[in-house]
Amino acid sequence: MTEQEVTVEAQNLVKHFPIKLGFFRTLVTKQAPEVHAVDDVSFQIKKGEIFGLVGESGCGKTTTGRLLVRLLEPTTGKVFFNGMEITSISSGREVRKLRRKIQIIFQDPYESLNPRMSIYDIIAEPLEIQKATKSDREITERVMGALDDFDLVPAEEFMYRFPHELSGGQRQRVAIARAFVIRPEFLVADEPVSMLDASIRSEVLKLLLSVHQKLRTSFLYITHDIALARHMCDRVAVMYLGKIVEKGGTEEVVHKPLHPYTEALIAAVPVPDPTARRISVILKGEVPSAINPPPGCRFHTRCPYVMEICRQKEPPLLTISENREVACFLHGANKV
Amino acid sequence: MGLLDVENLKMYYELTRGYVKAVDDVSFTLDKKESIGLAGESGCGKTSVALAIIGLLPSNAKIVEGSITLAGQNIVKMSEKELREKIRWKRVSMIFQGAMNALHPTYTIGYQIAEAILKHEDVSKDEAMERAKQLLQLVGMESSKVDRYPHELSGGMKQRAVIAMALACNPDLVIADEPTTALDVIVQAQVLSVMKELRNRLDISMMVISHDLSLIAETCNKVAIMYAGKIVEKGDIVSIYKEPAHPYTEKLLAAFPSVLGPKTELSSIHGFPPDLLYPPPGCRFHPRCPQAMEICKSTEPKLLEMGRPGHYVACHLYGGEKK
Repeated sequence: MTEQEVTVEAQNLVKHFPIKLGFFRTLVTKQAPEVHAVDDVSFQIKKGEIFGLVGESGCGKTTTGRLLVRLLEPTTGKVFFNGMEITSISSGREVRKLRRKIQIIFQDPYESLNPRMSIYDIIAEPLEIQKATKSDREITERVMGALDDFDLVPAEEFMYRFPHELSGGQRQRVAIARAFVIRPEFLVADEPVSMLDASIRSEVLKLLLSVHQKLRTSFLYITHDIALARHMCDRVAVMYLGKIVEKGGTEEVVHKPLHPYTEALIAAVPVPDPTARRISVILKGEVPSAINPPPGCRFHTRCPYVMEICRQKEPPLLTISENREVACFLHGANKV
Repeated sequence: MGLLDVENLKMYYELTRGYVKAVDDVSFTLDKKESIGLAGESGCGKTSVALAIIGLLPSNAKIVEGSITLAGQNIVKMSEKELREKIRWKRVSMIFQGAMNALHPTYTIGYQIAEAILKHEDVSKDEAMERAKQLLQLVGMESSKVDRYPHELSGGMKQRAVIAMALACNPDLVIADEPTTALDVIVQAQVLSVMKELRNRLDISMMVISHDLSLIAETCNKVAIMYAGKIVEKGDIVSIYKEPAHPYTEKLLAAFPSVLGPKTELSSIHGFPPDLLYPPPGCRFHPRCPQAMEICKSTEPKLLEMGRPGHYVACHLYGGEKK
């Protein structure tokens, strides 16, 4: 990959959520505790690229996605879209303008569709909000086109249905069609298939990929399943407790994981092959609390290769080779 | 004679519009220490089979035909009282889907496990509590966790507690319905390894219900693939995963992205499972089958043994009716 246009850039994004305390606790607590959901995360998504964020629940991947589409305000840090800083935009009108270019697909199609709206209204809504077109006929055409694109055929029939009449896979396709109907340049897909059965999952993914190819939309693909990330993404970043621990081309990361956490994540993926010999490095324990993340390397409490330095110092995310970054004292310039 | 013998089980749900044929002529057997996986898409009837085995059918469900023999006793003929006293917990226990979120929030984990023991066995409270501690250790938790409330435990720990509870009365068979959905990959791997270890250490049989074939590959030695209320293929896990015969099984297996193997295009199954109120005639998979032939539309294929012994498949591409 040579010099390519960067569509979205996250620069040192930080998001801390303050925790509400009771009245008396606020009197005795000096500093209000905070959940360190995202801590200093930076990455670039190039034009037409699918960039994956992989990690367990609570690692901050969804928060990062929401920061990028401005559903959340970062505590510090900046987001650039086509070279323009979008974190400082404050007027609602400007934000709305932005949403014409930036869309998001949510995880749960059972909750992201308004049950009282017909499929037609759901998909037409972004066009209406964005005043993409004045003529009703064009709206209808575009809604039908979107339904066609996502294989919700016959479109004339689907248009008048309501979400409760659709299966999970169909609902998610409606949600995707809604995101794509205004032809966004950048799309955040937050675990779009995790609620679906395996057989339906692959069909939805195929549709996503084919639309991506057609429109060259840039993607942020958020998932906990690294096998899926491998299938979908050009590059991935692995997150752990609010930090990116490893970043690189998907194939390289999957075949030669450098960070011990990435290694564990890959080893834990169940394989549909009863004869496969499993690498039995299963991590012990669970992700520590993001309220008081461990000092030093955040992964040190569970790392099988933990060293003394990991407990004291935090390894910075350093470039190892072209397109490859890792934050671990075992590798590159960090190596001790 | 195996531990569990399900024979020609037909279970329908009665609606005003007709019968939903959720389980239609399903047969399989399970021996001691074996574990079988029931796989299929949602709505294929896999959970209904489990509910029939444990005798917890919804009020509109009816077993129309067939028998379920567990350790020599026919469960279908039993009264609710008999089921409660003799079968559930002692012979079969079930880990329901999402059970970890159904733990009682105001009782400790230990109390909830001990309660199951006290209801079914004549032991003192202290003894029951002691056993709860041992059970927690068995699933890899510290015994001190008996005093914890569900909200103090993480998802993985709660799931372990639920597994411990299922083992409370030393059942012969444990049914686990989607035991790891809603868990993260690493925690899922931990829970799966606990389940495998338990099967090896205790003399129990397991039935794992899941749409995720990789989960079944990890835990079972037999598998039955269900589609629209019927078993379309069953047999030894290696022969089915390595040489899938039914087009549905093939598709289902190819729908999983691989982590380390070659990057292949994911296969998908076009269309949707049929409405079981009006299942299609002939082979129920024929509207979605890429290899459908004329005969598939009219004649239902029988579940016949093919190739390796014990490998059954219901498809017109195989067996005597090959056309």
